[in-house]
Amino acid sequence: MTAAAAARKPNWFSRLAHPGRFLAWSRPVVAPLAALTAIVFAVGLWFAFFNSPEDYQMGDMVRVMYIHVPNAWLSQFVYATMTAAALGTLVWRHPLADVAGKAAAPLGAAFTALALYTGALWGRPTWGTFWEWDGRMTSTLVLLLIYLGIIALWRAFDDQLRAGRIVAIVTLVGALNIPVIKFSVDWWNTLHQPASVFTAEGPKLAPSILTPLMVMMAAFTLLFATLQIVSMRTEILRRRAETMARQAAAGEGG
Amino acid sequence: MDHAVYIAWAYAGAAVFIAGLSGWVVWQARRVAGRLKALEDRGVRRRSAGSAP
Repeated sequence: MTAAAAARKPNWFSRLAHPGRFLAWSRPVVAPLAALTAIVFAVGLWFAFFNSPEDYQMGDMVRVMYIHVPNAWLSQFVYATMTAAALGTLVWRHPLADVAGKAAAPLGAAFTALALYTGALWGRPTWGTFWEWDGRMTSTLVLLLIYLGIIALWRAFDDQLRAGRIVAIVTLVGALNIPVIKFSVDWWNTLHQPASVFTAEGPKLAPSILTPLMVMMAAFTLLFATLQIVSMRTEILRRRAETMARQAAAGEGG
Repeated sequence: MDHAVYIAWAYAGAAVFIAGLSGWVVWQARRVAGRLKALEDRGVRRRSAGSAP
């Protein structure tokens, strides 16, 4: 193969960029992924309710941690995914990047809202309050508002390519909030406890509590992957339908 | 179980929330698939349909 032919041959990144190829490979993936998600959820719930001891401080309220921590993790992980998608849109102009970003925003907002909801329910009996304006909780609330702003921005434009570039810039600016959430418990004297799972020294939890937590984190992450793939497929098909509707209208008009 | 009410509200709320989110995603997918099918039934084809895989 000549150097020119090698240069013309699309690499894996370019091949992956084709929306048609994404639709083709993702279609048979959705059902097995959904089934795997359900199985891992069932195992996680069994661990959470029947094979997990009470915590020496929290008592049974530790069981709320098994849904709070995975949603808190996903609230940041989904935003990190959107940040990567924003870079893909602005730097590499990857055709699937803005699709991925748009699909992820409502999912990230939902996981963040769920993290705040379960955190409030955990806080009432443990701290004596549903809400406190401390660094971790406030920065997570700011994250929810950023998600809602991004969703609103997507809906404000008819031209989705233009919207994609503007949303990508806003997403990158909003990414500054992620380290604030992560390190808020170290930077400020907060009510929220310091990190105990993702630390430089490794998890600080007992294996009997860490195992159900990790299984539930895997279940929620699989749920995100499933919903993200379905949402991306929907967005690609929606754009295809809009293009076809415009073509039909132009044909009828002229 | 200590604080059973809080634990029940947390899990019930999460279940309702996740069911709602999943239902919304599936509903959107079906709605778009229905719109595409309606366009195709009207004979509308993409100009690039011949080259798509």
